[in-house]
Amino acid sequence: MSDLMKVPTMAEMTANGEVPEILFWVGCSGSFDDRAKKITKAIVKILNKCEVKFAVLGAEESCTGDPAKRAGNEFVFQMQAMQNIEVLNGYEIKKIVTGCPHCFNTMKNEYPELGGNYDVVHHTQLIQSLIEEGRLQVAGGDTFKGKKITFHDPCYLGRGNNVYEAPREMLSKLDAELVEMRNCKAKGLCCGAGGAQMFKEAEKGDKEVNVKRTEEAMEVKPNIIATGCPFCNTMMTDGVKNKDQENNIQVIDVAELIATAADL
Amino acid sequence: MISIIIFAVLLLLGFGFFAMNVNKIRTNILMGRDVDRSDNKGERLKVMSLIALGQKKMFKKPIPAILHLCLYVAFVVTQIELLEIIADGLTGEHRVFREALGGFYTFIISFIEVLSVLAFVATFIFLARRNLLKIPRFNMKEMKGWPKIDGNMILVMELILVTFIFMMNGADEVLYSQGLSHAENLGDQSFGFAISQFVGPALFGGMSESSLIIVERIGWWGHILMVFTFLNYLPFSKHFHIILAFPNTYFSNLKPQGQFNNMEAVMKEVKLMMDPDADPYAVPEEGDEDAVVQRFGAKDVEDLTWKNLLDSYTCTECGRCTSSCPANQTGKLLSPRKIMMDTRDRLEEKGEGLRKNGKDYDDGKSLLNDYITEEELWACTSCNACVESCPVNIDPLSIIMDMRRYLVMEESKVPNELAGMISNIENNGAPWQFSPEDRLNWREEK
Ligand code: HEM
Ligand code: SF4
Ligand code: SF4
Repeated sequence: MSDLMKVPTMAEMTANGEVPEILFWVGCSGSFDDRAKKITKAIVKILNKCEVKFAVLGAEESCTGDPAKRAGNEFVFQMQAMQNIEVLNGYEIKKIVTGCPHCFNTMKNEYPELGGNYDVVHHTQLIQSLIEEGRLQVAGGDTFKGKKITFHDPCYLGRGNNVYEAPREMLSKLDAELVEMRNCKAKGLCCGAGGAQMFKEAEKGDKEVNVKRTEEAMEVKPNIIATGCPFCNTMMTDGVKNKDQENNIQVIDVAELIATAADL
Repeated sequence: MISIIIFAVLLLLGFGFFAMNVNKIRTNILMGRDVDRSDNKGERLKVMSLIALGQKKMFKKPIPAILHLCLYVAFVVTQIELLEIIADGLTGEHRVFREALGGFYTFIISFIEVLSVLAFVATFIFLARRNLLKIPRFNMKEMKGWPKIDGNMILVMELILVTFIFMMNGADEVLYSQGLSHAENLGDQSFGFAISQFVGPALFGGMSESSLIIVERIGWWGHILMVFTFLNYLPFSKHFHIILAFPNTYFSNLKPQGQFNNMEAVMKEVKLMMDPDADPYAVPEEGDEDAVVQRFGAKDVEDLTWKNLLDSYTCTECGRCTSSCPANQTGKLLSPRKIMMDTRDRLEEKGEGLRKNGKDYDDGKSLLNDYITEEELWACTSCNACVESCPVNIDPLSIIMDMRRYLVMEESKVPNELAGMISNIENNGAPWQFSPEDRLNWREEK
């Protein structure tokens, strides 16, 4: 394990009598999905590079309950929430960074009423503040020279919580051209995964939402579609495949882009 | 004298009938469940000023926003002239404000005239936009029939209204210049109103005194009759938004849009399950209203909150929500505008039924199934595009979510794949079938 891939768990830290600065809430996708695990690792490398003292919950982490809630099962959501809050409060967690806008939204907005009060940020917000504080140097390098990048706003980060600028400011640090889609920020079109759609076939229609969104992205002829959500990443990757554009367009999380630009 | 009596009776009928219908709507809205929107008064006033008064979200589409602004400002300012008409009607005077206000009166009426011309033009464009240009949001399934007629009717009424204003002012101008008007003669030759001083002589210049008087009276009575018609049409129309836009934006949801409410009934049960000391047979506290067994989620309009119901009456049927909806854009059945229209139509039907047949009446119908289908509900991605785009801060998503909750928690009607996902969460703490022990495997993987 290289130094950059050091990942202590809360249990390990507590056993050593240490207290982390921040808890990294990995999320189900970031833990189990092969593509999303790469995003998780990029976030870890950035945290280690900046010497942020963090920990993960590992096996003690469990689904926030977001997909159950959006699928209409409030019982399962609240049971999950209560269990997670018990664990988090048990470790006296104060600050959380999530790798997923759904976890971010749920823990930031829906947990407080159930007894879980934390300062929750999305990974783009944390990384942006690390860059701003000068803790992370992004040289830019040549990797992205001449590349066009467009950012797809995750609904639960953008419209859901009004975070539009952090990911864009991060991208502006890259030596690349940032282009906006016709429908961006508050007008951004969903990737099609939210509201538990990720886990089911779509209703009858004439197109898949992710294909529609990929077409919108293709209008600005990007080399890279930047994402901030593992589910958007899956949906947009599938959309690009559906359009036979794998060789022209890559779908990459902003955290991965920054990690690459910082030579991590 | 007779005309004063006729006028007074019309006035009473006009406002009385309006008040009665508004009260019906109020009763209907209060059928909804409670939700607390009494906090943050300052913030709420600000939201109302920006969104309703300031038309902020309208300006995301500048062309309709400017056209609408003409109608909106014309309407608000014309109320001054309406006050005078009422005063004249009740006193038998003519242009009672004129002498007292002097030059300011000329200015105000001129301003109204200019705005009325703008409104007239805007209304024509609106009519063309609805009927000639094939704008998709005005031509979807739910807009067939009454909603389409309603949309055109309002615009035609607006045209007639403005026409009457110019008949009234134009003919009066010609009469006044000949010293024949009933208005107090202030020794000048013209009222000097911006538009009618030209339009009047041009249109009615050659007419005899008696014809002029008839034209003027038709304009005057026509105007006030149209106002009463319009007023009483409001409660039956999407046009009610001109009033409800204000309270509806005042009572907006001020929390982040991504936040969904935590159901209180479930909170209680979950607490009981998690707390080993809790007494499951405890008697509910006295005066605890939630002790009444409520459905989980929403099957019919009374299961929604009063704000959802207020939303439904406020909806302008503009279709901005639907044209931004990813499900609708990709050909799915779901249309958030239809959700709002269905809610209102069902509420009207249910309210009417209860008024006619007593409060225990059940017509065997419900919002779910008879109006909104499961297929529509399951197509939503909860993306909030509809909420974001609504110019009057309506929230179709919360209705969709509450109906999903009913389907899932009361009827266990959930698409198969979602049932699998939910049981995965229950059993292994993730929406997929992975073992919780493997959560940290990525740490070791290359
Ligand atoms: C108080 C005076 C108002 C008047 C006389 C008025 C009049 C109208 C009329 C005539 C239309 C139909 C336009 C068409 O055919 O498309 C309309 C539509 C509409 N009004 Fe108003 N309105 C008023 C206030 C408001 C307020 C306060 C709001 C809040 C933002 C509002 C929001 C809308 C919206 C969203 C539409 C649909 C527009 C579209 O299709 O793009 N109105 N209004
Ligand atoms: S929240 Fe649902 S109804 Fe509203 S725009 Fe998104 S998919 Fe459509
Ligand atoms: S809900 Fe709002 S956006 Fe949708 S049709 Fe009604 S007024 Fe327009």
